[in-house]
Amino acid sequence: MNIPTDCKYTASDEWVKLEGKTATVGVTDYAQEQLSDVVFVEVVVSTGDSVKKGTTCATIESVKAAADVNMPVSGKIVAVNEVLPQTPELVNSDPFGKAWMVKIEISDPSEVDGLMSPADYEKFLQERSH
Amino acid sequence: MFTPHTKTEREEMLRAVGVKSMEDLFVAVPQKFRFPKLNLSPRKTELEITSEMSELAYANESTRDLLCFLGAGAYNHYIPSAVDALVHRGEFFTAYTPYQPEISQGTLQAIFEYQSLIANLTGMDVSNASHYDGATATAEAVILAYSNFRGKRTKMVVSPAVHPHYRATVRTYMQGYEEVTLIGDTPSDPLESPDSLISLIDDQTALVIVQYPDFFGRIYDYTKLSDTAHKNGALFAVAVNPTALGILKPPSEFGADIVVGEGQPLGIPLSLGGPYLGLFATKKEFIRKIAGRLVGETVDQDGKRGYVLTLTAREQHIRREKASSNICTNQGLMALSSAIYMSLLGKQGFRKVAELCYQKAHYAAKEIASIPGFSVCMDTPFFHEFMVCCPQPVEQINTHLLDHGILGGYDLGKDYPALKQNMLVAVTEMNTKEDIDIFVDVLREMSNG
Amino acid sequence: MAEKTIYELSSPGRQGVQFPEADVPASGMPKEFLRKDLPLPELAEIDVIRHYTHLSKLNYCIDEGFYPLGSCTMKYNPRVNEDMARLPGFAFCHPLQPDETIQGSLSLMYNLQEDLKEISGFDEVTLQPAAGAQGEFVGVMVIHAYHKAHGDGKRTKMLIPDSAHGTNPASSAMIGYDVVGVPTDARGNVDIAALKAVCDDTVAGIMLTNPNTLGLFDENILDVIEIVHKAGGLVYGDGANLNALLGIVRPGDLGIDVMHFNLHKTFSTPHGGGGPGSGPVGTNKKLAEFLPGPIISILEEGDDELPPLYGFKQPKHSIGRVKSFNGQFGMHVRAYTYIHMHGPDGLRQVSELAVLNANYLLSKLKGTYKLPYDRVCMHEFVLEGKFDDVPDVHALDIAKRLMDFGYHPPTNYFPLIVHEALMIEPTETESKQTIDDFADAMLKIAKEAHESPELLQTAPHNSPVRRLDEVKAAKDLVMCCWLPDKAE
Repeated sequence: MNIPTDCKYTASDEWVKLEGKTATVGVTDYAQEQLSDVVFVEVVVSTGDSVKKGTTCATIESVKAAADVNMPVSGKIVAVNEVLPQTPELVNSDPFGKAWMVKIEISDPSEVDGLMSPADYEKFLQERSH
Repeated sequence: MFTPHTKTEREEMLRAVGVKSMEDLFVAVPQKFRFPKLNLSPRKTELEITSEMSELAYANESTRDLLCFLGAGAYNHYIPSAVDALVHRGEFFTAYTPYQPEISQGTLQAIFEYQSLIANLTGMDVSNASHYDGATATAEAVILAYSNFRGKRTKMVVSPAVHPHYRATVRTYMQGYEEVTLIGDTPSDPLESPDSLISLIDDQTALVIVQYPDFFGRIYDYTKLSDTAHKNGALFAVAVNPTALGILKPPSEFGADIVVGEGQPLGIPLSLGGPYLGLFATKKEFIRKIAGRLVGETVDQDGKRGYVLTLTAREQHIRREKASSNICTNQGLMALSSAIYMSLLGKQGFRKVAELCYQKAHYAAKEIASIPGFSVCMDTPFFHEFMVCCPQPVEQINTHLLDHGILGGYDLGKDYPALKQNMLVAVTEMNTKEDIDIFVDVLREMSNG
Repeated sequence: MAEKTIYELSSPGRQGVQFPEADVPASGMPKEFLRKDLPLPELAEIDVIRHYTHLSKLNYCIDEGFYPLGSCTMKYNPRVNEDMARLPGFAFCHPLQPDETIQGSLSLMYNLQEDLKEISGFDEVTLQPAAGAQGEFVGVMVIHAYHKAHGDGKRTKMLIPDSAHGTNPASSAMIGYDVVGVPTDARGNVDIAALKAVCDDTVAGIMLTNPNTLGLFDENILDVIEIVHKAGGLVYGDGANLNALLGIVRPGDLGIDVMHFNLHKTFSTPHGGGGPGSGPVGTNKKLAEFLPGPIISILEEGDDELPPLYGFKQPKHSIGRVKSFNGQFGMHVRAYTYIHMHGPDGLRQVSELAVLNANYLLSKLKGTYKLPYDRVCMHEFVLEGKFDDVPDVHALDIAKRLMDFGYHPPTNYFPLIVHEALMIEPTETESKQTIDDFADAMLKIAKEAHESPELLQTAPHNSPVRRLDEVKAAKDLVMCCWLPDKAE
């Protein structure tokens, strides 16, 4: 299970990578494994949107499941991944890289602090009933 | 009865399970309420039940006994013998939903072909595997429009000439969407032109929906209305009569995004209103928002072509509370019946039926118009239904018709207070010229001339 | 060889069923409204008969063999039901005919309503909903209407056990309720402590399936219902599993306020490859006024000479229509025939033998397959379709291998609370021999899973097609076949 150390995590399997005031958001390796082959991704927010933590920013569909990707932090969307909807399989092959979903200028840094560290997330995954 | 167990087998099985008697299997049931005495009529053998059922059936007068000029959303068409012969095969009707595609290719390919036929007939890109009926399909179109705009647009413009049952059903379904408003279908004049809906369309409109031909039988060019909807960013939906599409332009040619309708005319018996068939087809950009099952083509591990249920992630068994609809069981066997009907009639037969309906209806209209006191009170083109203004209440006329073995048209005053003494008359390929002449003669007895 | 599609079989100029020439003078048709082409296939009648006959042979069906799909109740579909539904007096009535011409059918519907009330212990029944899911939608709407009528606007939550069928939360969401999950305890009952914790005056009600999707009768059912009622909520019963309860207990007697029936499960109307179903809804007295109409009622009582006069009524505060016309009448005829053939003794026998068959099959399998909830089951049970010592074999593989033995697999991956679930419901119309043979096959497969797992993982081997590429289907989205001249 890949859990990059430069990210923080949520209990609903999103990752956040903070660079200055910009956070990049995507779904984790665990998430893509649970979904299996992803066939569709739709980003439902646009550049310029103000979003609150918890808002759905994307939906992912695989053959057997569908999931909402929820914003782990609040702020203003500065970029969305235009390429991802054309190549949904990137969620499976490169969940932390090319399958980033949105970039957001965060409004409340304390929200990032409240997220899980890589070690916490790893523990969380282990505790989860499989 | 249908349980095969012998007494000996029952005892063996109870022993294997480790209980003394049948009652022991139900100890979890609260004792106070266990084994109630049901006050139902005692059991009957097949011989006896057929006698009981025949008596009930013979207490009815059906369209086999009466000349039928009644439509209003359900139509008396000829169903070729081959339809039931095929649909009655146990492999079709005792099969389950095709969740295990390897052993359900019959159902899956048949539904794939049904989807293709409906898409081709309506000019849309994709059809689902069926909805319950025209009314619920219309409600789902409204839900699709709502979800398409993610709740940001909440106005639905509905033509008053959409079937009253469809509009009532939409209203029931919309009770869960408190911010949605339905407007346009209660004007003082329900017969006004569809262009009068134009003033109601704005940037808050999610959907404009009309019927084609409309509930009063009329054919309109909806291009201006659909253009206005699109200019304002709204979707345009059309509820169709599929028989009419045998000769009329499909809704794709005047900008429909969604086509719904009642598929009963396609080889499905009248059966007092059900089971029927909800048609639901859209342009390809809405495919992920479509309610209901979808069959897609693929290949198996040997490269052989096959079919599966697809985009199932939209459906209730995966999405649960986020599903686009809660539909599970749909109208699979009716979709099959309609596909067989369309295949049996084919391009030529399907067109022929539509032409016969058109010709016979226009003959009837002309003859009725010549009766003093009666008039065909509409000046638009029509397909196989038309409105007749009557000199007496429709109920009285229909009682008189029934005395002569004729089912008269629908009393529009029941749904539209402004249209009392208006009768909606339907004519199909099942009505011979002789039938129509008899109908006209009996009507003449009710004229005031 | 794959069967061609009707479009591929089409030959320009072929005629199928023909119609008489018009016997009326011709009227001109408005050119501006006419379509230019009609892209339907052209086949002779024999082509159509052969095509669909070939397709039918690619299907597994109840007529062919055992179909142990949990919660689907794949019992034998009696042929007499089919003949009765086809009687011309039933099949050819127009839904809008005057009442006096359809008294036979109205009497049938009225008595079916009465029979369902008697079977379930409810005071009113509507036959309108088209299927179980629509029945659920109606049930939740009725609950919503009740609370609204009582000015109880703060009840925004619907409690749903984690074992519930997906239609339950989907139906609740359609009416705007927030779904709150309630866990199942180790004995397979609703977790009472968890229920008490979430049950307050913001709860509109609970959606209960009993027996639940684990096939277990809730040992605390009366407590569960009381807790919800005490909090002012209402109890919705999902009647999908009613096949275990006919003549055994009446849901209305237990305190359930509203419930839907699945005529295509409990009452033998055929599944049709995905419908039509029929989902009547029953309620107690206090919810009756909210049901969707039309409901059949007696307009004039009969006497020694005349039968009653039947007609339609709309409940006083009805939520409104949920579909056109009168409900799935053709399925009402079939269910009525079934109920009247069985009578009270026959119906009780149905449930007793359904439950006996399930427990018998369970006794043969539970030593080999893991049983997460070891209790006497009702009409179905859930096993885990995996072996700890063979982690690469999944429930899916067991399911596919069963096809090689000539069986339709049980439901898999549901309920969600059991990993690699196999939900098995034999129904009462299966003989001991069939169950013994199926158990043998399951035991053989378990052995194969340990000795030659690749047999399972590459199954099925003998079916018309082998495992299909579902990812390709979802990506390519080929949903129609087009005529060559339409292809761009």
